[in-house]
Amino acid sequence: MIDQQPAVSMENISIEFPGVKALDGVNFRMFPGEVHSLLGENGAGKSTLIKALTGVYRIDSGVITLAGDEVSFHSTAEAQAAGVSTVYQEVNLLTNLTVAENIMLGREPRRFGLIDWRATRARAAELLTKLHLDIDPNSRLGSHSLAVQQLVAIARATGVHARVLILDEPTSSLDADEVQELFRIIRELKDDGVAILFVSHFLDQVYEISDRLTVLRNGKLVGEYLTEEILRIELVQKMIGKELTVLEDLERKTRLQNLDETELTPYVRAIGLGRKGSIEPLDLDVYEGEVVGLAGLLGSGRTELARILSGVDRADVGTLEVEGKAKRIRTPRQSIRDRIIYSSENRREEGILDELTVRDNIALALQADRGWFRPIPKKRQDELAESYIHALNIRPANPDALLKNLSGGNQQKVLLARWLAIAPRLLILDEPTRGIDVGAKAEIQKLVSNLAENGMSVVYISAELEEVLRLSHRIAVMRDRRMVADIENDDLTTDNLLAIIADGATTEAVA
Amino acid sequence: MSATVVTPSSPIATAAGRVRDWLTNPKYGPVIVTAVLLVGMFAVGATRYRGFTNPQVIANLFIDNAYLIVLAVGMTFVILTGGIDLSVGAVLAMSTMIAASLLQAGWAPGVIIPLILLATSFLGLAVGLMIHYFQIQPFIATLAAMFLARGLCYVISKTTISITDPVFTALAQTRIPLAPRLSITPSVILAVLVVIVAVVVLHYSRLGRTVYAIGGSEASGVLMGLPIARTKVLVYVISGFCSGLAGVLYSFYTLSGYALTAIGTELDAIAAVVIGGTLLAGGYGFVLGSVLGVLVLGTIQTLITFDGNLTSWWTRIFIGALLLVFIFLQKVLTARRT
Repeated sequence: MIDQQPAVSMENISIEFPGVKALDGVNFRMFPGEVHSLLGENGAGKSTLIKALTGVYRIDSGVITLAGDEVSFHSTAEAQAAGVSTVYQEVNLLTNLTVAENIMLGREPRRFGLIDWRATRARAAELLTKLHLDIDPNSRLGSHSLAVQQLVAIARATGVHARVLILDEPTSSLDADEVQELFRIIRELKDDGVAILFVSHFLDQVYEISDRLTVLRNGKLVGEYLTEEILRIELVQKMIGKELTVLEDLERKTRLQNLDETELTPYVRAIGLGRKGSIEPLDLDVYEGEVVGLAGLLGSGRTELARILSGVDRADVGTLEVEGKAKRIRTPRQSIRDRIIYSSENRREEGILDELTVRDNIALALQADRGWFRPIPKKRQDELAESYIHALNIRPANPDALLKNLSGGNQQKVLLARWLAIAPRLLILDEPTRGIDVGAKAEIQKLVSNLAENGMSVVYISAELEEVLRLSHRIAVMRDRRMVADIENDDLTTDNLLAIIADGATTEAVA
Repeated sequence: MSATVVTPSSPIATAAGRVRDWLTNPKYGPVIVTAVLLVGMFAVGATRYRGFTNPQVIANLFIDNAYLIVLAVGMTFVILTGGIDLSVGAVLAMSTMIAASLLQAGWAPGVIIPLILLATSFLGLAVGLMIHYFQIQPFIATLAAMFLARGLCYVISKTTISITDPVFTALAQTRIPLAPRLSITPSVILAVLVVIVAVVVLHYSRLGRTVYAIGGSEASGVLMGLPIARTKVLVYVISGFCSGLAGVLYSFYTLSGYALTAIGTELDAIAAVVIGGTLLAGGYGFVLGSVLGVLVLGTIQTLITFDGNLTSWWTRIFIGALLLVFIFLQKVLTARRT
């Protein structure tokens, strides 16, 4: 296979941003009919490499060749015309238009200069059928789930005689069945000779679908490997560049530290708390220094519970007690006063301010807490930013960097720093590690564990059961918008947890 | 996140369910409501006032509002992209001033009209470039253009210039009979032509579809490889052209040029577009909806004229109330669907 001509070959690619060398002499190649995974931590240069290939960024040096011809794209349109199509993590389609239009937009068949709608719809239907997708081309894209929208995006990408298909984190919002559907399509395209670049943080998926791996670290190439020839543990070591013992340590510590809290009053106690159309009334206690994991499927009510606990949504039944006193929390402002903090799963929309600097983002909550008439002195802001950048290992370690230029993991750290600056008593973290890489993930988990040791209560929401199990002292399981279990994390395994999530088999599990 | 899972409606949806689907569909809902409203207003007029059912009443709606239809068409393009054009009223006034003053100076109408269209398109181009390449808010950029155009009106003349040119008066007074005792003006035909061209462009050209794409999500459009920059500039050129043409029609209608004319007309155009079901956020709407919107505004005016007891300022109050209702409706519809 090696002597075959690569579909894409990128040689000695360098891209420099002000102050950062994003890519430093990287080589990368893709072969027709092969799935190639690009791996690396956040900030390793994966996105930059993809953007260089798709014409979003200009390369400072190096050569890109497509099936042997040297190319230089100035826009995504040019890249698409040359057969390089990309499906992005956030589905970049138009929800206001129909499925057919989304697939065909910009290349509709025309007759006498006007769009031939019949042919357009027929062509879209044909592309959908080719991928065995049963989607009505005339339906509005916005009426479909994110998973279906993603498949439509792939249909669009394949429409342009795609020779190279780039899938950037395509599975981050899909459930297991949807992932299999996607993989079926990837395999079909692969058999048609398309070169596919698959980027995902889920190593299981990478191992399932890819033939070849390329690992980047800090903008440099670590190496290219055949998937069948590299062990997972080796791969992770190459990605983060150090032995991965942090996670195991963490697990042991959490287990040991299972406190005997029964005599204490909980810091926050929900009694019969619920909201019509959101979650059924439920009880939940969170003790000081305790990490309570919230497990459950997407849409089971995890986020809804978090939003009610923190006053983002108003509960319409039940009471919430903070340190034994009943509180009526109606707005997040009130809950923040009691130091109950909610950090949203929707980092970009409800968390960071991406046009502001790292310093501004970190100082924000503290400033809001002081009131706008007492500005934090510049010197104090600098100290604050410096100390958190150091403590949480935020990269780049530049308080003046705009947040939009940081990777997802570092944005998450900044967000955490913002809340830590006002010393929360209960920190509700909703999917804090989603879409971020192994290294940053481990750091964030470690941080959560340390915070709990120092007396902070944490409600930890994650779709990854291993993560919930590793961190939590106690786990509450949500299913169909009710709480079906509230159990100590003694010898729970993912299988136990899965059984509860699937069947609500609480009786045997309540210890 | 979890709320985004909307399953497509099943084929065996009941009739009531389908009606509800249509009404809550951001694409058709507001247009249907507007159409029902228009029919309702005519029913009220027909029962309360004698002579309201005369077909000429409808013809007059078009005659009196031909210029507004043309303005609303241009505005629809702009609002579909999520922008706004505040300059159209002033540009219209400027066009009437240019026409009147150049006619006075003895220029031929055949030269003046293309010149006006060229000038207003060029102004639109400048505004569009400013908005796209310097990333200035459409509100501000077109506000600047509004002041510029209005200022130029006064530079041309502070007083009314009446138009006596035979071609203009002929176009103003010509009646094209459609049936016995039913006639329209050439302006109506022009306006209808503009509407037809706009519908074809919006629905059967890539330019038109890109207009909708920008309203849906500009960033997605860029990543889909669509010519976003060009299209975004072009909608302001189209709006400028339409303002110029509306100015020409308006000068047929009034046979004069006056610096203070058509103040606030940009707001009528925006109101018509919004009442016609185009979302201010962009992405949803039809030119025909905007035409319906203009007719609704015209019908309110007609009802008040027929009533005779109300001052014409009630028109404004009704338009204001309607606008509020429609903006509220949009809010409900978009909230339901996201």
